[in-house]
Amino acid sequence: MSAADLSRKSVAELGRALSARSVSAVELARSYLERIERHQDLNAFLEVRPEVTLAQARAADARIARGEATPLTGVPIAHKDIFVTRDFASTASSRMLKGYMSPFDATVVEKLAGAGMVSLGKLNCDEFAMGSSNENSAYGNVLNPWDKTAVPGGSSGGSAAAVAARIAPAATATDTGGSIREPAGFSGITGIKPTYGRASRWGMIAFASSLDQAGIMTQSAEDAALIFNAMLGFDPKDSTSVERPAEDYTRALNSDLKGLRIGVPKEFFGEGLQQDVEKAVREALAEYVKLGAKLVDISLPNAELGIPVYYVIASAECSSNLSRFDGVRYGHRAAQYGDLIDMIKKSRKEGFGPEPRRRILIGTYVLSHGYYDAYYIQAQKVRRIIADEFQQAFTQCDIIAGPVSTSVAFGFGEKSADPVSMYLSDLYTIPGSLAGIPGMSIPCGFGVKNRPVGLQLMSNYFEEAKLLGVAHRYQQATDWHLRIPKDYI
Amino acid sequence: MALTLSDVKRIAHLARIEITEGEAEHTLGQLNDIFVLIERLQSVDTSQIEPMSHPLGGSQRLREDAASNPDIRDVVLGNAPAQQEGLFLVPKVIE
Repeated sequence: MSAADLSRKSVAELGRALSARSVSAVELARSYLERIERHQDLNAFLEVRPEVTLAQARAADARIARGEATPLTGVPIAHKDIFVTRDFASTASSRMLKGYMSPFDATVVEKLAGAGMVSLGKLNCDEFAMGSSNENSAYGNVLNPWDKTAVPGGSSGGSAAAVAARIAPAATATDTGGSIREPAGFSGITGIKPTYGRASRWGMIAFASSLDQAGIMTQSAEDAALIFNAMLGFDPKDSTSVERPAEDYTRALNSDLKGLRIGVPKEFFGEGLQQDVEKAVREALAEYVKLGAKLVDISLPNAELGIPVYYVIASAECSSNLSRFDGVRYGHRAAQYGDLIDMIKKSRKEGFGPEPRRRILIGTYVLSHGYYDAYYIQAQKVRRIIADEFQQAFTQCDIIAGPVSTSVAFGFGEKSADPVSMYLSDLYTIPGSLAGIPGMSIPCGFGVKNRPVGLQLMSNYFEEAKLLGVAHRYQQATDWHLRIPKDYI
Repeated sequence: MALTLSDVKRIAHLARIEITEGEAEHTLGQLNDIFVLIERLQSVDTSQIEPMSHPLGGSQRLREDAASNPDIRDVVLGNAPAQQEGLFLVPKVIE
Protein backbone atom coordinates (compact mmCIF):
# COMPACT_ATOMS: atom_id res chain seq x y z
CA MET A 1 0.00 0.00 0.00
CA SER A 2 1.30 3.48 -0.80
CA ALA A 3 1.81 6.04 1.96
CA ALA A 4 -1.13 8.12 0.68
CA ASP A 5 -3.35 5.03 0.69
CA LEU A 6 -2.38 4.26 4.26
CA SER A 7 -3.08 7.80 5.43
CA ARG A 8 -6.66 7.58 4.17
CA LYS A 9 -7.39 4.42 6.13
CA SER A 10 -9.53 4.60 9.22
CA VAL A 11 -8.45 3.13 12.55
CA ALA A 12 -10.81 0.20 11.93
CA GLU A 13 -9.29 -0.46 8.48
CA LEU A 14 -5.73 -0.13 9.76
CA GLY A 15 -6.48 -2.61 12.54
CA ARG A 16 -7.78 -5.10 9.97
CA ALA A 17 -4.81 -4.56 7.63
CA LEU A 18 -2.40 -5.14 10.53
CA SER A 19 -4.07 -8.32 11.66
CA ALA A 20 -4.16 -9.59 8.06
CA ARG A 21 -0.43 -8.77 7.93
CA SER A 22 -0.88 -6.70 4.77
CA VAL A 23 1.03 -3.94 6.52
CA SER A 24 3.33 -4.04 9.55
CA ALA A 25 3.18 -1.68 12.50
CA VAL A 26 6.71 -0.52 11.70
CA GLU A 27 5.80 0.28 8.07
CA LEU A 28 2.75 2.14 9.28
CA ALA A 29 4.69 4.11 11.89
CA ARG A 30 7.36 5.04 9.31
CA SER A 31 4.73 6.17 6.87
CA TYR A 32 3.08 8.45 9.44
CA LEU A 33 6.42 9.79 10.71
CA GLU A 34 7.24 10.78 7.12
CA ARG A 35 3.90 12.54 6.71
CA ILE A 36 4.38 14.38 10.00
CA GLU A 37 7.78 15.59 8.83
CA ARG A 38 6.46 16.63 5.44
CA HIS A 39 3.67 18.70 6.99
CA GLN A 40 5.61 20.40 9.75
CA ASP A 41 4.26 23.77 8.64
CA LEU A 42 0.97 22.94 10.40
CA ASN A 43 2.85 23.05 13.73
CA ALA A 44 0.50 20.36 15.02
CA PHE A 45 3.22 18.37 16.77
CA LEU A 46 5.33 19.68 19.64
CA GLU A 47 7.52 16.62 19.92
CA VAL A 48 8.23 13.58 17.75
CA ARG A 49 10.79 10.92 18.67
CA PRO A 50 11.01 8.38 15.85
CA GLU A 51 13.14 5.97 17.91
CA VAL A 52 10.42 5.79 20.61
CA THR A 53 7.63 5.37 18.05
CA LEU A 54 9.50 2.68 16.10
CA ALA A 55 10.34 0.73 19.26
CA GLN A 56 6.63 0.67 20.15
CA ALA A 57 5.81 -0.39 16.59
CA ARG A 58 8.31 -3.27 16.75
CA ALA A 59 6.72 -4.41 20.01
CA ALA A 60 3.29 -4.24 18.35
CA ASP A 61 4.50 -6.37 15.43
CA ALA A 62 5.85 -8.96 17.86
CA ARG A 63 2.51 -8.99 19.67
CA ILE A 64 0.62 -9.47 16.41
CA ALA A 65 3.00 -12.32 15.50
CA ARG A 66 2.27 -13.96 18.86
CA GLY A 67 -1.45 -13.79 18.11
CA GLU A 68 -2.13 -11.51 21.08
CA ALA A 69 -3.25 -8.42 19.20
CA THR A 70 -6.29 -6.28 20.00
CA PRO A 71 -8.12 -4.49 17.14
CA LEU A 72 -5.90 -1.46 17.92
CA THR A 73 -2.49 -3.12 18.13
CA GLY A 74 -0.04 -1.36 15.85
CA VAL A 75 -2.40 1.52 15.01
CA PRO A 76 -0.69 4.89 15.53
CA ILE A 77 -2.13 7.61 17.75
CA ALA A 78 -0.86 11.01 18.90
CA HIS A 79 -1.50 12.62 22.28
CA LYS A 80 -2.55 16.13 23.18
CA ASP A 81 0.24 17.63 25.24
CA ILE A 82 -2.06 17.83 28.25
CA PHE A 83 -1.52 14.13 28.94
CA VAL A 84 1.74 13.43 30.72
CA THR A 85 4.04 10.87 29.12
CA ARG A 86 7.28 9.28 30.21
CA ASP A 87 8.75 9.10 26.72
CA PHE A 88 8.02 12.65 25.54
CA ALA A 89 8.22 16.02 27.31
CA SER A 90 4.88 17.14 28.78
CA THR A 91 4.42 20.89 28.52
CA ALA A 92 0.68 21.75 28.35
CA SER A 93 1.94 24.08 25.58
CA SER A 94 3.25 26.35 28.33
CA ARG A 95 6.63 27.93 28.87
CA MET A 96 6.04 26.96 32.51
CA LEU A 97 6.57 23.27 31.74
CA LYS A 98 9.15 23.49 28.94
CA GLY A 99 11.08 20.22 28.89
CA TYR A 100 9.15 18.70 31.81
CA MET A 101 9.64 14.91 31.94
CA SER A 102 6.87 13.09 33.76
CA PRO A 103 7.82 10.14 35.97
CA PHE A 104 4.68 8.32 34.77
CA ASP A 105 2.20 8.02 31.89
CA ALA A 106 -1.36 9.36 32.14
CA THR A 107 -3.88 6.53 32.57
CA VAL A 108 -5.41 7.26 29.15
CA VAL A 109 -1.97 7.01 27.52
CA GLU A 110 -1.19 3.84 29.45
CA LYS A 111 -4.49 2.19 28.51
CA LEU A 112 -4.09 2.94 24.80
CA ALA A 113 -0.48 1.73 24.88
CA GLY A 114 -1.73 -1.35 26.71
CA ALA A 115 -4.02 -2.09 23.76
CA GLY A 116 -0.95 -1.87 21.52
CA MET A 117 -1.44 1.60 20.01
CA VAL A 118 1.79 3.22 18.86
CA SER A 119 2.45 6.78 19.98
CA LEU A 120 3.47 9.27 17.28
CA GLY A 121 4.27 12.09 19.72
CA LYS A 122 2.75 15.08 21.45
CA LEU A 123 0.33 17.59 19.98
CA ASN A 124 0.16 21.35 20.30
CA CYS A 125 -2.82 22.90 22.10
CA ASP A 126 -3.83 26.09 23.87
CA GLU A 127 -1.75 26.71 26.99
CA PHE A 128 -3.15 24.55 29.82
CA ALA A 129 -6.09 23.86 27.45
CA MET A 130 -7.35 27.43 27.83
CA GLY A 131 -8.55 28.79 24.53
CA SER A 132 -10.76 28.31 21.49
CA SER A 133 -8.28 28.89 18.66
CA ASN A 134 -4.96 27.38 19.72
CA GLU A 135 -3.52 30.92 19.56
CA ASN A 136 -2.62 30.69 23.26
CA SER A 137 0.12 28.09 22.80
CA ALA A 138 3.59 29.16 23.94
CA TYR A 139 4.90 27.19 20.94
CA GLY A 140 3.12 28.94 18.10
CA ASN A 141 -0.11 28.72 16.14
CA VAL A 142 -1.44 25.54 14.60
CA LEU A 143 -2.76 26.04 11.06
CA ASN A 144 -6.11 24.74 9.86
CA PRO A 145 -5.39 22.20 7.09
CA TRP A 146 -8.47 23.38 5.15
CA ASP A 147 -7.33 26.98 5.06
CA LYS A 148 -4.02 28.04 6.51
CA THR A 149 -5.29 31.53 7.25
CA ALA A 150 -7.87 30.05 9.65
CA VAL A 151 -7.49 28.75 13.20
CA PRO A 152 -7.98 25.00 13.74
CA GLY A 153 -10.07 25.71 16.85
CA GLY A 154 -9.00 25.05 20.39
CA SER A 155 -7.94 24.05 22.79
CA SER A 156 -7.25 20.69 21.08
CA GLY A 157 -6.10 22.43 17.87
CA GLY A 158 -3.06 20.22 17.25
CA SER A 159 -5.16 17.07 17.67
CA ALA A 160 -7.79 18.38 15.24
CA ALA A 161 -5.30 19.54 12.60
CA ALA A 162 -3.33 16.28 12.80
CA VAL A 163 -6.42 14.13 12.18
CA ALA A 164 -7.77 16.48 9.48
CA ALA A 165 -4.45 16.43 7.60
CA ARG A 166 -4.22 12.64 8.07
CA ILE A 167 -0.84 12.93 9.77
CA ALA A 168 -2.32 10.88 12.62
CA PRO A 169 -5.24 8.43 12.27
CA ALA A 170 -6.49 9.41 15.72
CA ALA A 171 -5.55 11.79 18.52
CA THR A 172 -6.44 12.14 22.17
CA ALA A 173 -7.95 15.44 23.22
CA THR A 174 -9.57 17.03 26.25
CA ASP A 175 -12.74 19.04 26.68
CA THR A 176 -13.46 21.49 29.50
CA GLY A 177 -15.92 23.82 27.75
CA GLY A 178 -15.81 22.62 24.15
CA SER A 179 -12.13 21.94 23.48
CA ILE A 180 -12.87 18.73 21.56
CA ARG A 181 -16.10 19.62 19.75
CA GLU A 182 -15.17 23.12 18.59
CA PRO A 183 -11.81 22.22 16.98
CA ALA A 184 -13.34 19.03 15.52
CA GLY A 185 -16.01 21.23 13.93
CA PHE A 186 -13.54 23.85 12.68
CA SER A 187 -11.24 21.18 11.25
CA GLY A 188 -13.89 18.93 9.69
CA ILE A 189 -13.31 15.77 11.72
CA THR A 190 -15.12 13.64 14.31
CA GLY A 191 -14.58 14.45 17.99
CA ILE A 192 -16.31 13.12 21.09
CA LYS A 193 -16.16 13.76 24.81
CA PRO A 194 -17.75 11.08 27.00
CA THR A 195 -19.72 11.54 30.22
CA TYR A 196 -17.69 13.28 32.91
CA GLY A 197 -15.99 10.54 34.93
CA ARG A 198 -15.71 7.98 32.10
CA ALA A 199 -12.10 8.76 31.15
CA SER A 200 -9.49 8.92 33.86
CA ARG A 201 -8.12 12.35 34.67
CA TRP A 202 -4.98 10.81 36.20
CA GLY A 203 -2.03 12.38 34.42
CA MET A 204 -4.17 14.92 32.55
CA ILE A 205 -2.64 18.26 33.51
CA ALA A 206 -5.50 19.83 35.47
CA PHE A 207 -7.32 22.98 34.34
CA ALA A 208 -10.85 22.86 35.82
CA SER A 209 -11.29 19.56 37.61
CA SER A 210 -15.10 19.44 37.76
CA LEU A 211 -15.25 19.92 33.96
CA ASP A 212 -12.09 18.42 32.44
CA GLN A 213 -12.78 15.27 30.49
CA ALA A 214 -10.67 13.34 27.98
CA GLY A 215 -12.02 12.27 24.63
CA ILE A 216 -10.91 11.31 21.15
CA MET A 217 -10.61 12.77 17.67
CA THR A 218 -10.89 10.47 14.67
CA GLN A 219 -12.04 10.29 11.06
CA SER A 220 -15.29 8.59 12.06
CA ALA A 221 -17.66 7.64 14.86
CA GLU A 222 -16.82 3.98 14.33
CA ASP A 223 -13.14 4.69 15.04
CA ALA A 224 -14.04 6.66 18.16
CA ALA A 225 -16.12 3.71 19.44
CA LEU A 226 -13.23 1.29 18.88
CA ILE A 227 -10.80 3.52 20.76
CA PHE A 228 -13.26 4.20 23.60
CA ASN A 229 -13.33 0.45 24.21
CA ALA A 230 -9.67 0.62 25.20
CA MET A 231 -9.51 4.15 26.61
CA LEU A 232 -12.42 4.53 29.04
CA GLY A 233 -13.09 2.81 32.34
CA PHE A 234 -12.80 3.09 36.08
CA ASP A 235 -9.50 4.27 37.51
CA PRO A 236 -8.95 4.17 41.27
CA LYS A 237 -6.29 6.88 40.84
CA ASP A 238 -8.93 9.46 39.81
CA SER A 239 -11.28 10.31 42.68
CA THR A 240 -14.07 11.37 40.28
CA SER A 241 -13.76 8.31 38.04
CA VAL A 242 -17.09 6.52 37.64
CA GLU A 243 -17.29 2.91 38.75
CA ARG A 244 -19.31 1.06 36.11
CA PRO A 245 -18.85 -2.23 34.29
CA ALA A 246 -16.89 -2.18 31.01
CA GLU A 247 -18.96 -1.57 27.88
CA ASP A 248 -18.66 -2.29 24.19
CA TYR A 249 -19.03 1.16 22.66
CA THR A 250 -19.43 -0.32 19.18
CA ARG A 251 -22.57 -2.26 20.15
CA ALA A 252 -25.09 0.30 18.89
CA LEU A 253 -23.26 1.48 15.76
CA ASN A 254 -25.82 -0.08 13.45
CA SER A 255 -28.95 0.70 15.44
CA ASP A 256 -31.99 1.67 13.44
CA LEU A 257 -32.83 5.36 13.65
CA LYS A 258 -36.53 4.76 13.05
CA GLY A 259 -38.49 6.64 15.69
CA LEU A 260 -35.39 8.27 17.20
CA ARG A 261 -36.44 11.61 18.69
CA ILE A 262 -33.87 14.32 17.98
CA GLY A 263 -34.35 17.39 20.15
CA VAL A 264 -33.51 20.68 18.46
CA PRO A 265 -32.98 23.45 21.04
CA LYS A 266 -34.36 26.74 19.76
CA GLU A 267 -31.73 28.64 21.75
CA PHE A 268 -29.04 27.14 19.50
CA PHE A 269 -30.55 28.77 16.42
CA GLY A 270 -30.91 32.29 17.71
CA GLU A 271 -29.21 35.56 16.94
CA GLY A 272 -25.50 35.15 16.29
CA LEU A 273 -25.74 31.88 14.36
CA GLN A 274 -24.25 32.45 10.92
CA GLN A 275 -26.40 31.53 7.93
CA ASP A 276 -23.85 29.19 6.35
CA VAL A 277 -23.61 27.15 9.53
CA GLU A 278 -27.38 27.10 10.00
CA LYS A 279 -27.90 25.89 6.44
CA ALA A 280 -25.47 22.96 6.78
CA VAL A 281 -26.89 21.98 10.17
CA ARG A 282 -30.51 22.12 8.95
CA GLU A 283 -29.54 19.92 5.98
CA ALA A 284 -27.98 17.41 8.37
CA LEU A 285 -31.18 17.38 10.43
CA ALA A 286 -33.17 16.78 7.24
CA GLU A 287 -30.88 13.85 6.46
CA TYR A 288 -31.74 12.38 9.86
CA VAL A 289 -35.43 12.71 9.05
CA LYS A 290 -34.78 10.75 5.85
CA LEU A 291 -33.08 8.10 7.98
CA GLY A 292 -36.23 7.73 10.06
CA ALA A 293 -35.66 10.12 12.97
CA LYS A 294 -38.22 12.66 14.20
CA LEU A 295 -37.28 16.24 15.05
CA VAL A 296 -38.68 17.62 18.31
CA ASP A 297 -38.55 21.28 19.31
CA ILE A 298 -36.98 21.62 22.73
CA SER A 299 -35.83 24.50 24.88
CA LEU A 300 -32.79 25.02 27.09
CA PRO A 301 -33.85 28.43 28.39
CA ASN A 302 -30.75 29.17 30.49
CA ALA A 303 -28.13 27.59 28.23
CA GLU A 304 -26.86 31.02 27.23
CA LEU A 305 -25.90 31.67 30.85
CA GLY A 306 -23.44 28.82 30.41
CA ILE A 307 -20.68 31.22 29.41
CA PRO A 308 -20.72 33.34 32.59
CA VAL A 309 -21.16 30.21 34.73
CA TYR A 310 -18.23 28.61 32.97
CA TYR A 311 -15.90 31.59 33.33
CA VAL A 312 -16.56 31.71 37.08
CA ILE A 313 -16.23 27.97 37.76
CA ALA A 314 -13.43 27.15 35.32
CA SER A 315 -11.42 30.20 36.38
CA ALA A 316 -11.89 29.43 40.09
CA GLU A 317 -10.77 25.85 39.62
CA CYS A 318 -7.86 26.88 37.42
CA SER A 319 -6.61 29.41 39.95
CA SER A 320 -6.58 26.63 42.51
CA ASN A 321 -5.04 23.97 40.23
CA LEU A 322 -2.35 26.25 38.83
CA SER A 323 -1.23 27.38 42.28
CA ARG A 324 1.06 24.33 42.26
CA PHE A 325 3.36 26.10 39.79
CA ASP A 326 5.68 27.99 42.11
CA GLY A 327 9.10 27.45 40.54
CA VAL A 328 10.20 25.20 43.40
CA ARG A 329 9.62 21.52 42.60
CA TYR A 330 9.23 21.70 38.82
CA GLY A 331 8.45 24.19 36.11
CA HIS A 332 9.94 27.53 35.20
CA ARG A 333 11.93 29.56 37.71
CA ALA A 334 12.86 33.18 37.00
CA ALA A 335 16.58 33.86 36.56
CA GLN A 336 16.64 36.92 38.82
CA TYR A 337 14.70 37.30 42.06
CA GLY A 338 14.86 38.51 45.65
CA ASP A 339 13.06 36.59 48.38
CA LEU A 340 10.85 33.50 48.08
CA ILE A 341 7.61 35.39 47.34
CA ASP A 342 9.41 37.45 44.70
CA MET A 343 10.77 34.26 43.14
CA ILE A 344 7.27 32.75 42.96
CA LYS A 345 5.69 35.92 41.56
CA LYS A 346 8.35 36.40 38.87
CA SER A 347 8.39 32.71 37.93
CA ARG A 348 4.59 32.67 37.51
CA LYS A 349 4.59 35.88 35.52
CA GLU A 350 7.23 34.59 33.13
CA GLY A 351 6.02 30.98 33.00
CA PHE A 352 2.34 31.60 32.29
CA GLY A 353 1.07 33.27 29.12
CA PRO A 354 -1.58 36.03 29.18
CA GLU A 355 -4.66 33.73 29.11
CA PRO A 356 -3.77 31.52 32.09
CA ARG A 357 -2.72 34.66 33.99
CA ARG A 358 -6.05 36.32 33.20
CA ARG A 359 -8.04 33.28 34.28
CA ILE A 360 -6.03 32.85 37.46
CA LEU A 361 -6.84 36.47 38.34
CA ILE A 362 -10.58 36.01 37.65
CA GLY A 363 -10.57 32.82 39.69
CA THR A 364 -8.65 34.33 42.58
CA TYR A 365 -11.12 37.20 42.69
CA VAL A 366 -14.31 35.08 42.62
CA LEU A 367 -12.90 32.87 45.37
CA SER A 368 -11.71 35.73 47.55
CA HIS A 369 -13.26 36.72 50.86
CA GLY A 370 -16.59 38.46 50.43
CA TYR A 371 -17.13 37.36 46.80
CA TYR A 372 -17.24 33.58 47.12
CA ASP A 373 -21.02 33.32 47.66
CA ALA A 374 -21.93 36.04 45.19
CA TYR A 375 -19.90 34.56 42.33
CA TYR A 376 -18.72 31.02 42.89
CA ILE A 377 -21.73 29.59 44.74
CA GLN A 378 -24.15 31.50 42.50
CA ALA A 379 -22.41 30.05 39.42
CA GLN A 380 -22.64 26.53 40.87
CA LYS A 381 -26.38 27.06 41.39
CA VAL A 382 -26.96 28.27 37.84
CA ARG A 383 -24.87 25.31 36.68
CA ARG A 384 -27.47 23.03 38.29
CA ILE A 385 -30.31 24.92 36.60
CA ILE A 386 -28.65 24.33 33.22
CA ALA A 387 -28.00 20.63 34.00
CA ASP A 388 -31.65 20.20 35.11
CA GLU A 389 -32.87 21.74 31.85
CA PHE A 390 -31.01 19.03 29.94
CA GLN A 391 -32.77 16.38 32.04
CA GLN A 392 -36.09 18.04 31.28
CA ALA A 393 -35.22 18.04 27.56
CA PHE A 394 -34.26 14.36 27.60
CA THR A 395 -37.79 13.48 28.71
CA GLN A 396 -38.90 14.70 25.25
CA CYS A 397 -36.06 13.43 23.09
CA ASP A 398 -33.30 10.80 22.85
CA ILE A 399 -30.55 12.93 21.33
CA ILE A 400 -30.01 16.68 21.13
CA ALA A 401 -28.64 18.15 17.91
CA GLY A 402 -27.54 21.60 16.81
CA PRO A 403 -24.54 23.59 15.63
CA VAL A 404 -21.16 23.25 17.35
CA SER A 405 -20.25 26.90 16.85
CA THR A 406 -21.91 30.07 15.62
CA SER A 407 -19.50 30.31 12.67
CA VAL A 408 -16.95 28.34 10.72
CA ALA A 409 -13.29 28.68 11.73
CA PHE A 410 -12.26 32.32 12.08
CA GLY A 411 -8.98 33.87 10.99
CA PHE A 412 -5.83 34.34 13.07
CA GLY A 413 -5.99 37.47 15.20
CA GLU A 414 -9.71 38.03 14.59
CA LYS A 415 -10.69 37.38 18.20
CA SER A 416 -7.44 37.13 20.12
CA ALA A 417 -7.37 40.79 21.18
CA ASP A 418 -10.81 40.61 22.77
CA PRO A 419 -11.17 37.82 25.36
CA VAL A 420 -14.96 38.23 25.60
CA SER A 421 -15.52 37.65 21.88
CA MET A 422 -13.25 34.59 22.07
CA TYR A 423 -15.20 33.27 25.07
CA LEU A 424 -18.47 33.60 23.15
CA SER A 425 -17.24 31.06 20.56
CA ASP A 426 -18.09 28.31 23.06
CA LEU A 427 -21.75 29.32 23.40
CA TYR A 428 -23.15 25.97 22.22
CA THR A 429 -20.57 23.63 23.70
CA ILE A 430 -20.30 24.95 27.26
CA PRO A 431 -23.83 23.94 28.43
CA GLY A 432 -23.14 20.22 27.78
CA SER A 433 -19.78 20.47 29.55
CA LEU A 434 -21.42 22.05 32.60
CA ALA A 435 -23.98 19.24 32.71
CA GLY A 436 -21.22 16.67 32.18
CA ILE A 437 -23.08 14.82 29.40
CA PRO A 438 -21.46 13.25 26.32
CA GLY A 439 -21.13 15.46 23.27
CA MET A 440 -19.68 15.12 19.84
CA SER A 441 -19.05 16.96 16.62
CA ILE A 442 -19.27 15.37 13.20
CA PRO A 443 -18.57 17.04 9.85
CA CYS A 444 -21.78 18.04 8.04
CA GLY A 445 -20.75 20.32 5.21
CA PHE A 446 -18.88 23.48 4.34
CA GLY A 447 -19.62 27.14 4.93
CA VAL A 448 -18.07 30.41 3.83
CA LYS A 449 -14.56 30.23 2.34
CA ASN A 450 -15.11 26.50 2.05
CA ARG A 451 -14.38 25.98 5.75
CA PRO A 452 -15.95 22.93 7.49
CA VAL A 453 -19.15 22.98 9.54
CA GLY A 454 -19.70 20.65 12.50
CA LEU A 455 -22.96 19.14 13.69
CA GLN A 456 -23.15 18.81 17.46
CA LEU A 457 -24.86 15.73 18.91
CA MET A 458 -25.42 15.23 22.64
CA SER A 459 -26.89 12.35 24.62
CA ASN A 460 -27.82 11.82 28.23
CA TYR A 461 -25.28 10.49 30.76
CA PHE A 462 -23.64 7.16 29.90
CA GLU A 463 -25.29 6.90 26.49
CA GLU A 464 -22.09 7.18 24.44
CA ALA A 465 -22.88 3.96 22.56
CA LYS A 466 -26.22 5.35 21.40
CA LEU A 467 -24.63 8.69 20.51
CA LEU A 468 -21.90 7.00 18.47
CA GLY A 469 -24.53 4.94 16.66
CA VAL A 470 -26.52 8.04 15.74
CA ALA A 471 -23.33 9.60 14.34
CA HIS A 472 -22.29 6.43 12.54
CA ARG A 473 -25.60 6.09 10.70
CA TYR A 474 -25.22 9.64 9.38
CA GLN A 475 -21.67 8.87 8.29
CA GLN A 476 -22.89 5.80 6.41
CA ALA A 477 -25.40 7.93 4.54
CA THR A 478 -23.08 10.88 3.82
CA ASP A 479 -19.42 11.37 2.93
CA TRP A 480 -18.50 14.64 4.66
CA HIS A 481 -16.24 12.76 7.09
CA LEU A 482 -14.28 11.27 4.18
CA ARG A 483 -13.38 14.64 2.67
CA ILE A 484 -9.70 15.49 3.00
CA PRO A 485 -8.18 18.96 2.58
CA LYS A 486 -6.59 19.11 -0.88
CA ASP A 487 -2.97 19.57 0.22
CA TYR A 488 -3.15 16.38 2.28
CA ILE A 489 -4.71 13.84 -0.07
CA MET B 1 -19.78 46.60 40.11
CA ALA B 2 -16.50 47.45 38.42
CA LEU B 3 -13.05 46.49 39.63
CA THR B 4 -10.49 49.18 40.41
CA LEU B 5 -6.78 49.29 39.70
CA SER B 6 -6.04 48.53 43.35
CA ASP B 7 -8.34 45.45 43.16
CA VAL B 8 -6.30 44.13 40.24
CA LYS B 9 -3.01 44.66 42.09
CA ARG B 10 -4.41 43.03 45.22
CA ILE B 11 -5.69 40.00 43.27
CA ALA B 12 -2.37 39.66 41.46
CA HIS B 13 -0.60 39.67 44.81
CA LEU B 14 -2.98 37.02 46.19
CA ALA B 15 -2.39 34.94 43.04
CA ARG B 16 1.38 35.45 43.37
CA ILE B 17 1.79 36.87 39.89
CA GLU B 18 4.00 39.92 39.39
CA ILE B 19 2.21 42.73 37.58
CA THR B 20 3.48 46.13 36.44
CA GLU B 21 1.41 49.33 36.59
CA GLY B 22 0.86 49.24 32.82
CA GLU B 23 -0.14 45.57 32.81
CA ALA B 24 -2.53 46.16 35.70
CA GLU B 25 -4.27 48.93 33.74
CA HIS B 26 -4.58 46.78 30.62
CA THR B 27 -5.82 43.82 32.70
CA LEU B 28 -8.34 46.01 34.50
CA GLY B 29 -10.16 46.77 31.25
CA GLN B 30 -10.23 43.12 30.21
CA LEU B 31 -11.42 41.87 33.60
CA ASN B 32 -14.18 44.45 33.72
CA ASP B 33 -15.39 43.36 30.27
CA ILE B 34 -15.50 39.77 31.52
CA PHE B 35 -17.27 40.79 34.72
CA VAL B 36 -20.00 42.52 32.71
CA LEU B 37 -20.71 39.04 31.34
CA ILE B 38 -20.44 37.41 34.76
CA GLU B 39 -22.74 39.93 36.44
CA ARG B 40 -25.64 38.51 34.41
CA LEU B 41 -25.72 35.62 36.86
CA GLN B 42 -26.87 37.94 39.63
CA SER B 43 -30.32 38.30 38.09
CA VAL B 44 -31.12 34.57 38.30
CA ASP B 45 -33.31 33.50 41.23
CA THR B 46 -31.43 30.59 42.80
CA SER B 47 -32.99 30.71 46.25
CA GLN B 48 -34.31 27.12 45.96
CA ILE B 49 -31.30 25.66 44.14
CA GLU B 50 -28.49 23.56 45.58
CA PRO B 51 -25.01 24.39 44.22
CA MET B 52 -23.65 21.79 41.78
CA SER B 53 -20.01 20.99 42.43
CA HIS B 54 -19.75 17.81 40.36
CA PRO B 55 -21.78 16.63 37.35
CA LEU B 56 -22.74 13.30 38.89
CA GLY B 57 -23.07 14.37 42.52
CA GLY B 58 -22.20 11.91 45.22
CA SER B 59 -19.30 12.07 47.58
CA GLN B 60 -15.62 11.93 46.87
CA ARG B 61 -14.26 8.39 46.95
CA LEU B 62 -11.44 7.80 49.41
CA ARG B 63 -8.62 5.30 49.11
CA GLU B 64 -6.27 3.58 51.50
CA ASP B 65 -3.44 5.84 52.56
CA ALA B 66 -0.76 3.52 51.29
CA ALA B 67 2.44 4.27 49.40
CA SER B 68 2.24 2.90 45.86
CA ASN B 69 5.04 4.58 43.97
CA PRO B 70 8.43 3.02 43.63
CA ASP B 71 11.41 5.14 44.58
CA ILE B 72 11.39 7.83 41.90
CA ARG B 73 13.17 10.55 43.87
CA ASP B 74 15.84 11.16 41.27
CA VAL B 75 13.33 11.41 38.40
CA VAL B 76 11.25 13.86 40.40
CA LEU B 77 14.25 15.94 41.41
CA GLY B 78 15.41 15.96 37.80
CA ASN B 79 12.58 18.38 37.03
CA ALA B 80 13.47 20.79 39.84
CA PRO B 81 14.84 24.19 38.78
CA ALA B 82 17.41 23.99 41.60
CA GLN B 83 18.33 20.96 43.71
CA GLN B 84 21.23 19.66 45.70
CA GLU B 85 21.85 16.43 47.59
CA GLY B 86 18.27 15.28 47.16
CA LEU B 87 16.72 18.57 48.30
CA PHE B 88 14.83 21.35 46.52
CA LEU B 89 16.67 24.66 46.81
CA VAL B 90 14.77 27.88 47.59
CA PRO B 91 15.84 31.34 48.75
CA LYS B 92 16.50 31.64 52.45
CA VAL B 93 13.20 31.96 54.38
CA ILE B 94 14.39 31.86 58.01
CA GLU B 95 16.87 34.42 59.25
